[in-house]
Amino acid sequence: MISSLIAEKLTCVRGDRRIFADLDFQVAAGEALVVEGANGAGKTSLLRLIAGFLTPASGGLVLNTDKGAIADGEERGRHIGWLGHHDAVKPQMDVGEQLEFFARLYGAGGDIKPVLERVGIARQRELPCRYLSAGQKKRLGLARLLMSGRGLWLLDEPFAALDTAGRALAADLMRAHCATGGMVIAATHDPLGLEARSLRLEAA
Amino acid sequence: MSGPFLSLVLRDLRLASRSGGSAALALAFFALVATLVPLGVGANLNLLARIAGGVLWVGAVLAALLSLDRLYQGDFDDGSLDLIALSPLSLEQVAVAKLLAHWFSTGLPLTLLSPLLALLFGLPGPGTWALFVSLLIGTPAVSAVGAIGASLTLSLKRGGLILPLIILPLLAPVVIFGAGSVAYALDGLPGTGALGLLAAFSIAAVLLSPFAAAASVRLNLGS
Repeated sequence: MISSLIAEKLTCVRGDRRIFADLDFQVAAGEALVVEGANGAGKTSLLRLIAGFLTPASGGLVLNTDKGAIADGEERGRHIGWLGHHDAVKPQMDVGEQLEFFARLYGAGGDIKPVLERVGIARQRELPCRYLSAGQKKRLGLARLLMSGRGLWLLDEPFAALDTAGRALAADLMRAHCATGGMVIAATHDPLGLEARSLRLEAA
Repeated sequence: MSGPFLSLVLRDLRLASRSGGSAALALAFFALVATLVPLGVGANLNLLARIAGGVLWVGAVLAALLSLDRLYQGDFDDGSLDLIALSPLSLEQVAVAKLLAHWFSTGLPLTLLSPLLALLFGLPGPGTWALFVSLLIGTPAVSAVGAIGASLTLSLKRGGLILPLIILPLLAPVVIFGAGSVAYALDGLPGTGALGLLAAFSIAAVLLSPFAAAASVRLNLGS
């Protein structure tokens, strides 16, 4: 179980461009944080930094868990559920295969059927992913999040391509995740639809 | 850790065998090259048998090259590599899984096809056997060196064009020792020296490749 994520004086530099500097924030278990900011303000960079793909130019990022504090990026990644803006869907595989592969890759047990039903693509289980719409691919992404069993969800534009019902579903899932002690950090321009703290990134 | 590891190997093999996968493509390319050369050179069986080792080895390397984009590029472009990087597997383990899957879907089938193609060159039995064994020993090195190249060019636009420039020079020893062992066999000499060097190169490449590929995937995920 994770208890909190604490960022201190976080600075992100990509190439020779400074994306943001001296960012401080805290998220506790059960909380949601919305990352706001204009296009190019560094929302995706911040998420990739938390996920451990990028290393901060300076500052620290610590994830506190019941097994101690984690400062290492790759170790932190083992607690992260990721929904990026790429769909991560293979057109040649069908929906069921895709989710089963993911579940095994993450060492997550359990049946995929209830998860597919929860996100509303149970009927597409046998369908090759090349026939999925952008919104259905996003729902598959949500299914992966549920399946991952990870505590800290990092969501990049979770509502993009989703219809009204899909947005409500995504908000419901986030609410439920927070209610069970999870943590959500979402970069979005849309209202999240649940109580959340907000972090505004200004272009440095 | 075997569950996640195995699932990644099986998934890569599955992707390679599906439409749009490049396993069949590489095999077809290899077969076509091997068919065209005898047509171009003409029906001089002595000459054909002489050049068979070199031509088939170069053909196999080029065919394997065709399938290298599948190794990391597809997963990088569609975001799957992000998810794989966050899995319980380390990137080194991921690199080993991908290397295994690539060899099973490319190197091994090319090796198995080679005796058939050797017939087109009129390669005698000992030569065909040397070709088969050298490919079996050498193709893992092709996958291993290819994996390093494929991971280095991940975030380059049209990196596939630069890829051959990076890895073909590195694969020169493999082609030299591989084709050399066939030439020895034709002359009735034991090819164990060439095969031994080939095996040494192969082992070194397979051992080092996962670390190099993982390091460069790490860099590319952060770019």
